[in-house]
Amino acid sequence: MIAVVDYGVGNLFSLVSSLRSLGLETEVTGDAARLRSADRIILPGVGAFGSARARLDASGLIPILLEEAGQKPLLGICLGMQLLFDRSFEYGECPGLGLIPGEVTFLGDDLADKMLKVPHMGWNSLEIVRDDPLFKYFRGGEYVYYVHSFYARGCAESILGTSQYGNVAVTGVVRRGTVWGAQFHPEKSGDAGLRLLRAFAEL
Amino acid sequence: MLAKRIIPCLDVKDGRVVKGTNFEGLRDMADPVEMARFYNEAGADELVFYDITASVEGRGLFTDILRQVASEIFIPLTVGGGIRTLEDFDRVLKCGADKVSVNSGAIANPNIIVAAAKRYGDQCVVLSMDVKRVNGQFRLFAKGGREDTGIDAMDWAERGVKEGAGEIVLNSIDTDGVKNGFDLEMLDALAARVHVPIIASGGAGNMEDFAELFAHPGMDGGLAASIFHSRQVSIRELKRYLRGRGVEMRL
Repeated sequence: MIAVVDYGVGNLFSLVSSLRSLGLETEVTGDAARLRSADRIILPGVGAFGSARARLDASGLIPILLEEAGQKPLLGICLGMQLLFDRSFEYGECPGLGLIPGEVTFLGDDLADKMLKVPHMGWNSLEIVRDDPLFKYFRGGEYVYYVHSFYARGCAESILGTSQYGNVAVTGVVRRGTVWGAQFHPEKSGDAGLRLLRAFAEL
Repeated sequence: MLAKRIIPCLDVKDGRVVKGTNFEGLRDMADPVEMARFYNEAGADELVFYDITASVEGRGLFTDILRQVASEIFIPLTVGGGIRTLEDFDRVLKCGADKVSVNSGAIANPNIIVAAAKRYGDQCVVLSMDVKRVNGQFRLFAKGGREDTGIDAMDWAERGVKEGAGEIVLNSIDTDGVKNGFDLEMLDALAARVHVPIIASGGAGNMEDFAELFAHPGMDGGLAASIFHSRQVSIRELKRYLRGRGVEMRL
């Protein structure tokens, strides 16, 4: 069973539908026991880092996530991926879960071409930096769907895939041990995204 | 870099897809779920659904369709038509929409943009505008292009973006249904005023029209209905053609 962490952040309709369309048993839950008994965990999230962190704190699930992250595959998506890092600087500094070394900063600060629009929103090609079982059904260069204004930096040793936006190689996929993260939305990335989710379910 | 987007638009009335010329003489075309599947297979980068139903029953039918589409098609979905309140945003977002476009609802109540952007984020709020030249001015029209608001469309766009609209769909009433190309003059005027993605709508007649559109800086997507619905232009062929012309396309 794949547990999608429910901590009151974001709309899970597409994520759950995409997993179910792959025939994967999926449960949206904020229950510690269910997260413990799941085979895999997905940490979703949209919105601002600080408020998501506060909700995660309030849910009481952080100790469970930290514990389970070492036991089974965990995938953070979009803001859920950003939460995996040490800290973010969205509206002031805020600590993350510290599961992957690195920090989350404003993409606009690093773009040399100020005409490039932020949020980085739309289809961008994902280049594979390091091969991984997550890419079992994915070809480097396929397009995935991004919507974000902040991105992970200082995490070179964890990067599996990037997407070029102007002069910036945007951190697209990361991994450390049994923890994976995707900045884009696999559940909105068409067939390519579904294939990434299928590979995650087979990890 | 980001690929340019090709976006088919489905106007839905009483559970069926329709598309008229110059907004009048609506013709029944097809089943929206079937069409969504077809376009997804064909490589559409996003789907736009406009609910042009007036009745409560029609609205319920629309959200059923949306839910059905969103549970089997995993590309961005934008929904518009009859969006006036935060409850309307909520209703369609819960059914799987990713972005919500406001048009007349924002003209009647401009606060909806700020309120929705605060609650759901700028990326979720699309400002859709129907614009027509009146006395040498780009004039904003309401109610599906039937009512001249007297408002300068470019001022309106700038204000909308300031208040949190994360994307603009510009539909030129002057070129809509004419199939003689997008309204590049109007689109350029908009690109000079706002710094959010611009989706061009109204006037696409063939593949060259899209190539011309994307040769203009600041254009992120091209939206069309009848040329895709009638299979006059195939999305797959169009995207191959554009890539051949040096436009970044997701294939």
